[in-house]
Amino acid sequence: MASAVMNATTVALDWLSSSFDAPLARAVIFGVHVDGHLVVEVLLIVVILFLLSRKSYKHPKKPLTEKEIDELCEDWVPEPLHPPITEEMLSEPPTLESAAGTHTMIDGKEVVNFACANYLGLIGHEKLINSCASSLEKYGVGSCGPRGFYGTIDVHLDCEERISKFLGTSDSVLYSYGISTIFSVIPAFCKKGDIIVADEGVHWGVQNGLYLSRSTVVYFKHNDMASLESTLERITKGNKRAERLRRYIVVEAVYQNSGQVAPLDVIVKLKERYHFRVILDESNSFGVLGSSGRGLSEHCGVPINKIDIITSGLGGALATDGGFCTGSVRVVDHQRLSSSGYVFSASLPPYLASAAISAIDHLEENPSLLGQLRENISLLRRELEDVPGLTVSSSPLSPMVFLTLKRSTGSPKADQQLLEDITNRALKEDGVFIVTSKRSTLDRCRLPIGIRLFVSAGHTHGDILKASASLKRVAAAALSEPI
Amino acid sequence: MVRLPYFIALTTLFSYVLIFTIGRLRDLFRTLVDFYRPKSEGDQGYAPICLGLEDFYSRRLYRRIQDCFGRPLAGAPDTWIDVVDRHSNDSNKTIQRTADTRRCLNLGSYNYLGFAASDEYCTPRVVDCLKKYSPSTCSVRVDGGTTKLHAELEDLVARFVGKPAAVIFGMGYATNSSIIPVLTGKGGLIISDSLNHNSIVNGARGSGAVVRVFQHNTPLHLEEVLREQVAAGQPRTHRPWKKIIVIVEGIYSMEGEICKLPEIVAVCKKYKAYTYLDEAHSIGAVGKSGRGVCELLGVDPADVDVMMGTFTKSFGSCGGYIAASKEIIQYLKYACPAHLYATSMSPPAVEQVICAMKVISGEDGSNRGAVKLARIRENSNFFRSQLQKMGLQVLGDNDSPIMPIMLYNPSKIPAFSRECLKQNVAVVTVAFPATPLLLARARICISASHTREDLIRGLKVISEVGDLVGIKYFPVEPEKHLAESGGAMVD
Repeated sequence: MASAVMNATTVALDWLSSSFDAPLARAVIFGVHVDGHLVVEVLLIVVILFLLSRKSYKHPKKPLTEKEIDELCEDWVPEPLHPPITEEMLSEPPTLESAAGTHTMIDGKEVVNFACANYLGLIGHEKLINSCASSLEKYGVGSCGPRGFYGTIDVHLDCEERISKFLGTSDSVLYSYGISTIFSVIPAFCKKGDIIVADEGVHWGVQNGLYLSRSTVVYFKHNDMASLESTLERITKGNKRAERLRRYIVVEAVYQNSGQVAPLDVIVKLKERYHFRVILDESNSFGVLGSSGRGLSEHCGVPINKIDIITSGLGGALATDGGFCTGSVRVVDHQRLSSSGYVFSASLPPYLASAAISAIDHLEENPSLLGQLRENISLLRRELEDVPGLTVSSSPLSPMVFLTLKRSTGSPKADQQLLEDITNRALKEDGVFIVTSKRSTLDRCRLPIGIRLFVSAGHTHGDILKASASLKRVAAAALSEPI
Repeated sequence: MVRLPYFIALTTLFSYVLIFTIGRLRDLFRTLVDFYRPKSEGDQGYAPICLGLEDFYSRRLYRRIQDCFGRPLAGAPDTWIDVVDRHSNDSNKTIQRTADTRRCLNLGSYNYLGFAASDEYCTPRVVDCLKKYSPSTCSVRVDGGTTKLHAELEDLVARFVGKPAAVIFGMGYATNSSIIPVLTGKGGLIISDSLNHNSIVNGARGSGAVVRVFQHNTPLHLEEVLREQVAAGQPRTHRPWKKIIVIVEGIYSMEGEICKLPEIVAVCKKYKAYTYLDEAHSIGAVGKSGRGVCELLGVDPADVDVMMGTFTKSFGSCGGYIAASKEIIQYLKYACPAHLYATSMSPPAVEQVICAMKVISGEDGSNRGAVKLARIRENSNFFRSQLQKMGLQVLGDNDSPIMPIMLYNPSKIPAFSRECLKQNVAVVTVAFPATPLLLARARICISASHTREDLIRGLKVISEVGDLVGIKYFPVEPEKHLAESGGAMVD
């Protein structure tokens, strides 16, 4: 039985091999005898190569059916639009009943006002109000259109010329809101791939501009020039590509979050060494620093054309609203088409532009205001040296005197409550209106909060003494109580 | 959706290609010339402010027709304006003002209810307010910037719009840019109309949420996008979205179309998305009593979660507002950066809005408001029907005071603008980047203070200039349906 099967198999195999070999028995290719088995081997190699070249088997994806999508949509529960309302969200700021000058009315009582950035005391000034009134009669209130579409009134052009004449630059651009100036200027110049080195204490407007620009942002320690230098060195060292990119340093002249003043001469030296452009925000220093109020560049003795882009809000010393940006002709021209806050927004109301012109005129005619302001600042700082529990942490030049807690309670929330307690008491008991610095949830600045006093050239000695006495008394009372 | 004849599309494309080629040739010459000229001292080692083609459009296209934009006025932006003449010595590279002005009919300013210039009720009160409160408070709202006026206006706005509470800001653009990041952040989804305004786009980008776009004013496509997104979840992780906000505008400023609000609100309710309505152009201008698109289309304000608007267009002032539920407004006042860091709205501007709102709702004791609202509707419908009879291609819905007239060809933009100015009619022409490249247009904004004679005069001039420039693409009524069927559709 077995041998029969064996015989049959042998016969079959012999037949198979003979049928393969026979047709090619006399084939000789390239001097090699081609036998039948070579054909089989070649076929096998082809199949192997074919299988290797195919992708590995993946489980086929099945799209969701309509019913499944319906179920998912029904199951999904969105978060509410707002988080639960807490106690602190309900607090309302005090309501003013008169102009926000050095003395103002709150709840029927007259209080000394240290909460408004009225640095030159121009709120309520007759000249300003008269020019605004005539402007209102002539132009109405709003400008009813963006700058490109009949929203440009001749006062806007006059104001831009006046500002650039005052500062000594070639041209300037007027924006309709202080905070939108910086967050429109930065994305107009910095695009994806550019490098920006910014101070970590810049305010929200600058942070938003940096985020919208989609450039690479590197922060350096607040107002620390050594940190700035090492950052610049780190970025440019050995980095050939960095030379072809646009590079910017963004700083503020007087920082809103801390009252520190940036050392512009050091920054300009660094910028020239490493070939960076400087964007300077002068919202709290325009009309304040410098012998004639032209800002930080005049104060540090730096020629204004060394700073590439200067922006500022007009809501400080000039007692109006809006903002401007100035620089070389190239810088200014570029913004007229590519700065979103300029192109896509209605222009500044004409009466505010004429107020700005009168304010600058007044400042040029009366530079003694600056001396008055400086005297007030130093008097206040002297008086506040011995406030219990608080220390003056702003620069001696800053018109915004910043007080921080000597010893923090440990949690930022408790600090905030303590400071607000102090300011509320000062307002209610002594009629002195001061404020704490508040942080939005979107703000990424981590500098300590504190109490801010905005000094004005219009404050009298009496006002300042009253404020410091009140603060000393209230701070002592608030800190001695257990929290 | 705009339909244009094939011939027009081809000629427009050809014009742009020609301008582009000439521009590139000139750039080439400039590079060659600069190569041989020594570089100025200050620019050594610095990368140029604009690289490559970034400002090509500005230098080679926009600059040639620069005189059509940014025309300065020597007075209030009222119905009749004094446009300052300008001239240029170097073919439009720089333009200088002259002392001459010309009196033109204003068909371009956003002055829907005629509050732009001095008003008999508003202006005396505004001047009084100025004398009492000064032009600015120099302070942020949470510090010393809140006056009695601000509180009064917030109440008034909430009542006017029909929501429980409102908050005001000094600039409409900043309102959008700083509110949207507060409402949603990372992990959220924003679905916005494809033709939304730049401020909404910036706000959406600045929030960090994922942004998706749905076809302009198409509720069906919005439903599709919503279904897809809710089912898919966040990209890559597929976790469910934290919240979804759908942003639409009341009247789209470049199309003049009114939003299909009832359908969109229905879709959003079905899929539990929040609605954000930007009524910059529609508040005060449409609706029987000026309450905006909600009134016009019969939508209950309670169905829209957040309503935003500006005071620039219909109230003749500046600034913006947000109206929503009490809790949302309290949260916004606590967290919104524009409320915490930006100077509060100027008191005279606040007073102007208060007075304008009182006039519109009749609280001033006269019927001027009702008259204005009826007039603007009448004027808009009359003007639009007349323009269509002439054979011009006009976009937008009935009742909308914005009328874009299609020009298409880039050379017709300056031609139309300059010819109209010669005949003392001031029009606004819009090109790229505010509109798509091929769809340049002239945009007319009608005001309640336009009289019938003014409108007839405007129509006569537009008709003459239209014949001269050749923009009557769809000839008069009887042949209209033939021309439409042979046109090309462009989104």
